[in-house]
Amino acid sequence: MSKLDSKIPEGPIKDKWTKHKNDINVVNPANKRHIDIIVVGTGLAGGAAAASLAEMGYAVKAFAYQDSPRRAHSIAAQGGINAAKNYQNDGDSTYRLFYDTVKGGDYRSREANVYRLAEVSGNIIDQCVAQGVPFAREYGGLLDNRSFGGVLVSRTFYAKGQTGQQLLLGAYSAMNRQIGKGKITMYNRHEMMDLVIVDGKARGIIARNMITGEIEKHSAHAVVIASGGYGNVFFLSTNAMGSNASAAWKVHKKGAFFANPCYTQIHPTCIPRSGEHQSKLTLMSESLRNDGRIWVPKKMEDVMAIREGRKKPTDLSEEERDYYLERRYPAYGNLVPRDVASRAAKERCDAGFGVNATGEAVYLDFKSAIHRYGTEKAHVLGIHNPSDAKIIELGEKVIEEKYGNLFQMYEKIVDENPYKTPMMIYPAVHYTMGGIWCDYNLMTTIPGCYAAGEANFSDHGANRLGASALMQGLADGYFVLPYTIGDYLADDIRTGKISTDLPEFNQAAKEVTERLEKLINLKGTKSVDYFHKKLGKVMWDKVGMARNAKGLTEAMDEIKQIREEFWKDVRVPGTMNELNPELEKATRVADFLELGELFAKDALHRNESCGGHFREESVEMDGEQEGEAKRDDKNFAYVAAWEYTGDPREAIMHKEELTFNDIELKQRSYK
Amino acid sequence: MNLTLKVWRQKDAKDKGGLETYQIKEVSEHSSFLEMLDMLNEQLINEGKEPVAFDHDCREGICGMCSLYINGEAHGPDRGVTTCQLHMRMFKDGDTIFIEPFRSKAFPVLKDLIVDRGSFERIQQAGGFISVNTSGNTQDANALPIAKPMADKAMDAATCIGCGACVATCKNSSAMLFVAAKVSQFSYLPQGQIERKERVLNMVEQMDKEGFGNCTNTGACEVECPKGISLEFIARMNSEYLSASIKSEN
Repeated sequence: MSKLDSKIPEGPIKDKWTKHKNDINVVNPANKRHIDIIVVGTGLAGGAAAASLAEMGYAVKAFAYQDSPRRAHSIAAQGGINAAKNYQNDGDSTYRLFYDTVKGGDYRSREANVYRLAEVSGNIIDQCVAQGVPFAREYGGLLDNRSFGGVLVSRTFYAKGQTGQQLLLGAYSAMNRQIGKGKITMYNRHEMMDLVIVDGKARGIIARNMITGEIEKHSAHAVVIASGGYGNVFFLSTNAMGSNASAAWKVHKKGAFFANPCYTQIHPTCIPRSGEHQSKLTLMSESLRNDGRIWVPKKMEDVMAIREGRKKPTDLSEEERDYYLERRYPAYGNLVPRDVASRAAKERCDAGFGVNATGEAVYLDFKSAIHRYGTEKAHVLGIHNPSDAKIIELGEKVIEEKYGNLFQMYEKIVDENPYKTPMMIYPAVHYTMGGIWCDYNLMTTIPGCYAAGEANFSDHGANRLGASALMQGLADGYFVLPYTIGDYLADDIRTGKISTDLPEFNQAAKEVTERLEKLINLKGTKSVDYFHKKLGKVMWDKVGMARNAKGLTEAMDEIKQIREEFWKDVRVPGTMNELNPELEKATRVADFLELGELFAKDALHRNESCGGHFREESVEMDGEQEGEAKRDDKNFAYVAAWEYTGDPREAIMHKEELTFNDIELKQRSYK
Repeated sequence: MNLTLKVWRQKDAKDKGGLETYQIKEVSEHSSFLEMLDMLNEQLINEGKEPVAFDHDCREGICGMCSLYINGEAHGPDRGVTTCQLHMRMFKDGDTIFIEPFRSKAFPVLKDLIVDRGSFERIQQAGGFISVNTSGNTQDANALPIAKPMADKAMDAATCIGCGACVATCKNSSAMLFVAAKVSQFSYLPQGQIERKERVLNMVEQMDKEGFGNCTNTGACEVECPKGISLEFIARMNSEYLSASIKSEN
């Protein structure tokens, strides 16, 4: 019997959320101000939750490791946010968004959660517009949409290539209003170091003031973890340098199950790495695939000529190019989902067709789009028989309007002009679908501890569709958590303030201090980055885009070994009681070194290919889908939720069986 | 390339601080400026010295966390970029590079190259919002059409990343461009009209309280702004402020 109760409401899927909202307990407005809620992380999920909870009357304490909530990494999301508004009259609906998301996630997400996500998606757009988020508009003044990978309708709302920034600034402005009113107490440059459990319930956190080094005790009636994903376990990823798994991992070690850690999204359109010095990878929005065509040369001699600088990509004729996505997936072409596009790039590069010196790059070409838009624009302007030069000039302007900031970013990094020569791209770690297990109310297996946004596991299954992360973060923060948390807190109206003098707080603070002291006092010979890079290499080589049993078994041992070496030989300069970035990194990497092992263990146990998780042992052998990933619904249609037992490799798995009543399990075909 | 670095070191807010000289070798021209500082820190750690503290996070020019005054310019010699997007190809072998924190009374140094930009937070808290609660029942997003040119203008203003380069580069340490960006964004949108007057009055009042200087229209902020926020917005804020002051009934 599973220990997991997903608390999915009864009834038809389209009525579940409405019924649930009617059934759950609510807290009377007068009582809310006596209830404290801690929110860790101020990205879209945390920021939206903190603002909404404070508006409702709760006393909120919000924590961010950055110097402002506005800097959370949600800000870097570029492309857009999905919503089933059907403004384009292309047949979109709540059901279609639900269907696309479940299918895109390769049938490994919880149906009821995804339906709710689709259901509230429209409210998000209404809310953001009301906050003054400047979404792109058409000339008639109505909102514009674009299409995104893995779907056949245009449902993505965007603000140039800075959608995440604008949505986060919306949530940030809502937070600021509440901070100004004293309803949110904001703790910037504070890092959560541990969760405090009293009588089996989450009752607070231990945080470190990153300026003074002071270890602080903060109590609350509920704790929300909205600290994002764990992509930095790979060292190189598109995550921010500070993005970390520590809050989530600490909660896991205190009893919250960690679900599907192996589901990682490797994003296809990133700027290829250039050398050993590289500290992070840069993503360019997937929206580029709307207009860019992906290719490598057909002939190996052209590949060599390009690598050696004897030929330029623009020298190759159409016939000499292999538009491999259009060739393999005629129905979706360049708009296949991310996992499919990434693996296809890897396949071509592994076969030797990579177009840069490292052999890990493919082209993303805008020539056709520039031509198409230029011709269209010339027509609109009434220019008859426009010259090629005129068409290109007009077309480039249209492309600049759509993707100007991305093109500029590319040029700054690579030092090539992408209007004139195709971009080079390669997949990079971008998002983690796995995360803390939570029920329909977003509560973890620890009573009173919630997980929202990328930090939880629930909505994206094994692969996330483009423009769905922003949707999920804001759905959780604005429209789900504020309702569901009341159901739990209704029992706490008589509890009164939680004292931070309780022995549980002192014990947790003591353990945190001892761990930090240990790191400082090790005085080893190698820097934190040395270990982080070593871990990242194992993760990328053996737990990356393609995985097999041998590699995963080796990875588990190697990660354990790196962890042991870390705890013997890491050098953390400075002291505990000061601003000490190396100490911050050390605590985060120590957690990654544990998480990485569980990650590999989960990938090893899941002997099927699904979404972002590709097992070389599980591939279609024949038929139209030959060479494509092979899912195994008979044996693996479940969520693997891991319970910590003191050592990541000894974690115990609990299964949440996934049942699909409203959607038929099919092979995902984009051909 | 090999470089000489003159880096501002300051133990904490109370320390006087001063420039230290470091040599760094074999820096790739393809690496970013912050990756060069990563190299320096790795070198310092291996020598048993304390690494240089600097702010950074997304490393793709959008979070606004990184700062640095490089050779006398906020975010360094390149235009339209943040420090994290600055590449070493902008420098030559043998160069001496001065690296200092953003300097302004309203941005006190916390350590080495890290400053406290809490003053920006308080300005936003004073009025950088539209007073609307979360609700599943706000009006439909398309119920209120907004002319594309106005929406585009609002977007141009909204791209501010709050890094503080405008303040650091201004000889008066003025925060006008930062405040103007937010005031202008909402002034273009119908949603922002209701609180339009109080917003500009409150935000400017807080700006003055924080100790930022006045604007003398030198335009240096616009030049150094990594997001190209236009000086026009300052003019717009001045007009907003004037009209709010005159028409303000109380």
